[in-house]
Amino acid sequence: MSSVTNHDERPNPDNLDDPGLSETKTERVSYLRAGHTLRSWLFTTDHKRVALLYMMSITFFFFIGGIAAAFVRADLLTPSADLMTNEGYNRAFTLHGVIMVWFFLIPSIPNTFGNFLIPLMIGARDLAFPRLNLLSWYIFILGGIFTLFVLILGGVDTGWTFYTPLSSMYANGNVVLVATAVFIVGFSSILTGLNFIVTIHKLRAPGMTWGRLPLFIWSHYATSVILVLATPVLSVTLALIAAERLFGLGIFNPELGGDPLLFQHLFWFYSHPAVYIMVLPALGVVSELVAAAARKPVFGYKFVAGSSIAIAVIGFLVWGHHMFVSGQSIYASAVFSFLSLVVAVPSGIKIYNWTATLYKGDISLDPPFLFAMGFIGLFVVGGLTGLAVAMLAIDVHLHDTYFVVAHFHYIMVGGTVSAYFGALHFWWPKIVGRLYSVVWGRLSAMFIFIGFNFTFFPQFILGYEGMPRRYHVYPEQFQVLHDMSSIGASILGIAYLMPAVYLYYSLRYGQPAGNNPWNVTGLEWTIPSPPPKHNFDEIPTVDGPPYNYPVRKEAKHA
Amino acid sequence: MRELPKVQTPYVDRAQQHEAGIMGMHIFLASEIMLFGGIFMAIAVIRQAHSQEVVEYSKELHYYLGAINTMLLLTSSFLVAAAVHMSRHARRKAVLALLVSAAFLGLLFLGLKGFEYWSEFQEGRLPVAGGMEKINSAPGRLFLNLYLVSTSLHAVHLTIGVIALLVVAGRIYTRRSALPQRSVVVETTAAYWHLVDIIWIFLYPLLYLAR
Amino acid sequence: MNDFASAWPDAASAYASNVDLLALFFMALVVILSAPVFILMVVFATKYRRGKNADRTEPINRNMWVEVSWAVVPFLLILFFYGWATSLFIVHASPPSDALEIKAVGKQWMWKFQHAGGQREINELHVPVGKDVKVVLASQDVIHSLYIPALRIKQDAVPGRYTELWFNAEKPGTYWLACAEFCGTDHSAMTGKFIALRPADYSRWLAENGSDGSLAAEGEKLFVSSGCSGCHSPDAKVHAPSLAGLYGRPVPLENGDVVTADDQYIRDSILLPQSQIAAGYPHIMPTFENILSEEDVLKLVAYVKSLAKASEENLP
Repeated sequence: MSSVTNHDERPNPDNLDDPGLSETKTERVSYLRAGHTLRSWLFTTDHKRVALLYMMSITFFFFIGGIAAAFVRADLLTPSADLMTNEGYNRAFTLHGVIMVWFFLIPSIPNTFGNFLIPLMIGARDLAFPRLNLLSWYIFILGGIFTLFVLILGGVDTGWTFYTPLSSMYANGNVVLVATAVFIVGFSSILTGLNFIVTIHKLRAPGMTWGRLPLFIWSHYATSVILVLATPVLSVTLALIAAERLFGLGIFNPELGGDPLLFQHLFWFYSHPAVYIMVLPALGVVSELVAAAARKPVFGYKFVAGSSIAIAVIGFLVWGHHMFVSGQSIYASAVFSFLSLVVAVPSGIKIYNWTATLYKGDISLDPPFLFAMGFIGLFVVGGLTGLAVAMLAIDVHLHDTYFVVAHFHYIMVGGTVSAYFGALHFWWPKIVGRLYSVVWGRLSAMFIFIGFNFTFFPQFILGYEGMPRRYHVYPEQFQVLHDMSSIGASILGIAYLMPAVYLYYSLRYGQPAGNNPWNVTGLEWTIPSPPPKHNFDEIPTVDGPPYNYPVRKEAKHA
Repeated sequence: MRELPKVQTPYVDRAQQHEAGIMGMHIFLASEIMLFGGIFMAIAVIRQAHSQEVVEYSKELHYYLGAINTMLLLTSSFLVAAAVHMSRHARRKAVLALLVSAAFLGLLFLGLKGFEYWSEFQEGRLPVAGGMEKINSAPGRLFLNLYLVSTSLHAVHLTIGVIALLVVAGRIYTRRSALPQRSVVVETTAAYWHLVDIIWIFLYPLLYLAR
Repeated sequence: MNDFASAWPDAASAYASNVDLLALFFMALVVILSAPVFILMVVFATKYRRGKNADRTEPINRNMWVEVSWAVVPFLLILFFYGWATSLFIVHASPPSDALEIKAVGKQWMWKFQHAGGQREINELHVPVGKDVKVVLASQDVIHSLYIPALRIKQDAVPGRYTELWFNAEKPGTYWLACAEFCGTDHSAMTGKFIALRPADYSRWLAENGSDGSLAAEGEKLFVSSGCSGCHSPDAKVHAPSLAGLYGRPVPLENGDVVTADDQYIRDSILLPQSQIAAGYPHIMPTFENILSEEDVLKLVAYVKSLAKASEENLP
């Protein structure tokens, strides 16, 4: 793959006969050219086009959320309040959290790559309910418009966690509108999860047994179960908050006999599994990237597949570890702490199995694998520091400090966003049918990794030193580390923009990709890039396990 | 009999499409159960924290109206189940009669529920403006708030169910949904109807029979 | 800036040093568990780089025992730390019964502290070193969290209930205290000083900041001025429970439950009187929800508590 872009053979835009520039024959019959009108995109039921609609929308929200983060980091350069008022700062980090969680991270991999790849990987012509799929995008957009509307009205200042009674009685932002936006976008999640589960159950090609599914599918299956079962609990909780604010319902208000901690239980019953919604698809992506890079089956397929399901199931039982200092019973805390350690076991299995997959592999150092390596490294750090805050006595000190902020950014940004970029670099040739510059891809993978660590590693130290999160003004002793973090964030910000440039460039000038540019296995690589509208001319029949790479047996052993 | 309906895009045959439709509805219902699960949880917590007031205010609810409504819903569920059976055997007229009578029972439920709200309002026990002179403790009011929220959310679901039953009946009447090929629409609507029924079966004792 | 030189934060109690020790050992475990991944990933990526000659024969695709071992062994190691961390946490969650008690009220956006002798302070907490100190937390509005990094402890102050935390500061000095739970606009201004004094200094500080009377004495005044004594005094005509000797005793309730008359029970009886009615008494107590602040309630609780002590002293 090192010759993906040979600069001497770069297509010449002035030469209309140049094969690299004009549409190839495959492209003319692909899904991308099946209809050129705006209408053909906005009313499409093709899962591949819906995936692209999602990709554009979440990229947009990623930028909005990123701008909010930039304001936060710029403000934290100095210990005093100079860029923003206290209220402004609170609104900035709340907006960052709300947008990044519900409008980027949760839909990121499932709604783009899941949407695009699930039918291709299992040998289906589309998702089970194509119109529902489009509807779910419209619901997402409706929720997004609500959020932008709130942004224009001045935002909200409760933090993305909406803790009561702050959110239900004291906050003066537009809590009800934001709750409505998140409520709406929740239905988009539920419909997507439903669609995926039915698709994976009912639309597998002949011979595509459960034991032959790519690991990407397994992790999306686990994700979908959480989407369907956890999201409605959030919906009803947000509805109760709105009722509390609008009509004085009282359920979270101690003065009226309610219980503010009930909110935390309901909220984390959704929001902890939601962490797995964000990270399980990333784990699936990395399994694919590692197998493709090593050109070997993933070590211990059954363990890796089963661990996704185990994470989804146990993930429903650990929500109380967000409440160790809330005054919940110490016995409950001890149980939640224990279960939080249990849920780490399947994640550990994945990590060690990936490492073992590399043994005796034929490893390419192309961008997708570099992103996967970055993911593994950051996910290990994020996961193990997560164990640290699952330890009761340590959490009492670290709860609500920058240590926690660093921990979950290692999982969400270091993990999920790295995997998102890894997936983007791996399947980009399949999605658009063109190759990009691997040199630039490698560089951006490296810059993202460096910028990320620069930004978030200092926050572990800040947290242990006692810097609370959501602090606009802070004691001077923390300034050096905050400044390092802010500088790192600007590196990270630039690194995130790099792929936009060379990927856009590849759309115009990239070489045609061919069916299988990486020379890997998987049904999606057996069809043209970009795929035709109905994916498969004939539904394929599967007769072997996934990652069925030829094994070297010309043994040296005597 | 009309032509067999065409199989839609992602499917290879009708059986596959049928199974996918049913499974999709079941998953949606699982999601609905979790939605009401949050409310059940809230009711349980309040019941635990303020058992005395909850019992006191629960006793004032019109449990016999709730009981009649429970019977109405159970009967309608029976009718809907029968409609599913008939639709598989292409008994078009029977299906129509069963669906419409089930929808009628649903409307009766809503009417009775409305009457119940109205009489509670008259008695000063409905936690809305102008209707709560008799509510004089905070936890009691909280319980009635939850009563109002959960029963009205259920009523919304039931209204959707009535509309769905009538729409399906309409499609069968105009032969846009042929039987037995499209019995899936009857089956999925029936599944939804049963769920709405089951939620009531849980709400009724939780709210009316707290002792 | 000079604090940065000593990157490790101050530890002002033995408990804090124990937490540090636990955290350090746990970080060592983190390194032990993650190092193989980092090292092997780099080694394999170099050794088996595509296009490079290497022995790639007979790769293995699964080995159940290897997989089970790397699931179970780290888990057992972590389990050891679980035991350690949980036992430390239980110590932290169980205040000694003879601890010096200080009341704290969180309010948007300040911390108010009241000492047993009635001394009050805002955003500063003076405590004696070498003595067990228990802080009872209440909140006037939203959830706050009292965080003292030098002690490695924090506890949420939740409206509608009392929570507590305790410590035994060893090193005299001035440390930082903060609100850790996001509580609205000026959350980051809800900080203050935690001042650990030698016992003699602490006594001097108490004397210098002497107030009109102890917390219980102020509670007694409120007991009269708020009208509680009209019903609850022994010579009242109304049938209301006497509060002498009540604190710490079991109270049978109308619905058959029995609760212990602790701080929380007394608070709830004042603010939500209808929720736990003592058996045999009519439902006539009005709520003081919007009349008394959390601080006032804390004073009344102190007074009711002092009645219990008084009656104990009267016993033979």
